[in-house]
Amino acid sequence: MTATIEPIQTFARAIRAHALRMVAAAHASHIGSCLSIADILAVLYGSILNVDPSRPRWEGRDRLIVSKGHAAAIVYAALAERGFFPISLLDSYCREGSPLAGHVTHVHVPGVEVSTGSLGHGLSIGCGMALAAKRTGQSYAVHVLLSDGECDEGSIWEAALFAPHHRLDNLVVTVDYNGIQSFGSVKEVLDLDPFIDKWRAFGWQACEIDGHDVTALLEAYRQRPDGKPRVIIARTIKGKGVSFMENQLAWHYKSPKAEELAQALAEVAESVRGAA
Amino acid sequence: MRDAFIRGLVAAAEKHPNLWLLCGDLGYSVLDDFKARFPERYVNVGVAEQNMAGIAAGIALSGGMVFCYSIGNFPTLRCIEQIRNDICYHGANVKIVAVGGGLAYGQQGYTHHAIEDLAVMASLPGMKVAAPGDPLEVEQILQTFLEDDGPCYLRLGKAGEPRIHAKPPRILKGHPVPVVAGKDALLLSTGGMLATARQAIDLLRDRGIMAGLASMPFLKPVDNPALLHVIGDIPLLCTLEEHGPYGGLRDAVARILIGETRLRPQLLPFHIREHSIKGMVGTQDQLRAAAGLDAATIAAAIENNLRHSHAAEHA
Repeated sequence: MTATIEPIQTFARAIRAHALRMVAAAHASHIGSCLSIADILAVLYGSILNVDPSRPRWEGRDRLIVSKGHAAAIVYAALAERGFFPISLLDSYCREGSPLAGHVTHVHVPGVEVSTGSLGHGLSIGCGMALAAKRTGQSYAVHVLLSDGECDEGSIWEAALFAPHHRLDNLVVTVDYNGIQSFGSVKEVLDLDPFIDKWRAFGWQACEIDGHDVTALLEAYRQRPDGKPRVIIARTIKGKGVSFMENQLAWHYKSPKAEELAQALAEVAESVRGAA
Repeated sequence: MRDAFIRGLVAAAEKHPNLWLLCGDLGYSVLDDFKARFPERYVNVGVAEQNMAGIAAGIALSGGMVFCYSIGNFPTLRCIEQIRNDICYHGANVKIVAVGGGLAYGQQGYTHHAIEDLAVMASLPGMKVAAPGDPLEVEQILQTFLEDDGPCYLRLGKAGEPRIHAKPPRILKGHPVPVVAGKDALLLSTGGMLATARQAIDLLRDRGIMAGLASMPFLKPVDNPALLHVIGDIPLLCTLEEHGPYGGLRDAVARILIGETRLRPQLLPFHIREHSIKGMVGTQDQLRAAAGLDAATIAAAIENNLRHSHAAEHA
């Protein structure tokens, strides 16, 4: 198992570091949201998704829709690490003339399935892709990555009703449940709990795991379909991997200054030795 | 119009194995034929238009050509951001179809009056917008949509509208469709106003005014040379639309004329002024009349305008 896990952890560290540099250089926001999903993306791109960077639009590929489009920096980092485009392109993030916009954008960016940024759109698109696959006899999986705050949107629950009704067991949702949204904790702003019960009541096969535990993520994604769409509620830490960013709402907005970036990168690198 | 559309869609589904039909739990009984013949390409998504638009985008991005069918403002305004982001930005092959455009659901009240749809839809990048004037136009426009691999919007009336064209017109994307020639004025009509426009020019002829008529089924794109050709050197140009004053046919025509130095007809618009029918209950015809969109009111306004212009010339 260690043999599988180590490259994924290396991938996660790499994309955390890329995202930190990108956000710092662009004076951009949402680094906390990026770090929150680093391990999820590393597992998906490092092991789970059947994709081919040399043929980004290959018909049989698994689809990943990152519905929380504000985590764009780390999504681009994951695509670059997976080989969809050169890592050097990441330096242009949010710069004039770059294809890498501050919210996930598909135009001129190989590997991005759909553009997102307005919350609550991705799950419906995923339902359409999953339904099309079912009805045309194709075997690819459709993954949708949601944020917890995004689940305030009514459209999420329209799609949540639809997927089990149509037995879309080729659809896998991961919710990045870091418990913090724009103005404060999910509990304070608009409580989602009992969250897993809501999904189950809607007809989903649901599990809740530590969203930074690579082994647990792998196990969850490797569950076999059994007629129901699946939701993985990934308990995560906003800003995970950088001590002074963890669970801090401010890092939804702030961009690290030079010293902060240096410390953050050191902590991310340090976690290599920590994990080893 | 609705029946012509459904007939055409079923025929198209035979030819296009990737054609899907989604509905938002509306269209009771009229979609049965499609559903029975192509169950694998039919989905009633439920009362959930945002989801319908997103699902349509997902199917289209997987190779489908998807028709989204509902009534009034539901498949457009209710899910406008999904249409903008998920459909238009991705150039997804989704055709949005609204039945009951304009005041077709007159007695059902304000929520069911679709009189801003043309403006809103035309504002979206890549979206083609059409409002056919009679059942024959529906068939032709459906063909142009089938040949288009991007997003389109079709505003239909309800059922039972009269045929205005004597024979199936050849409709080119963005072109006006001449109906009657006339030298004193030209009525340009979009959507279901075509029958009323036809009545208005008959009334004018009885009073010795020779008004022409052309249908403008496409609000976007508009082929400028084709439109200017139909306008010719007419002195008075009247736009007729079952739509609010902003962003519809009047504005589309004015936008073209303002760049013209040679042709400058006077523009006399007929549309639904803001709040002009607020709180009123009535049939489509009654509400149109209340908004000044009946043949008699239109004919009288045109006659009045021409007599005044004539008097001014001789003053």
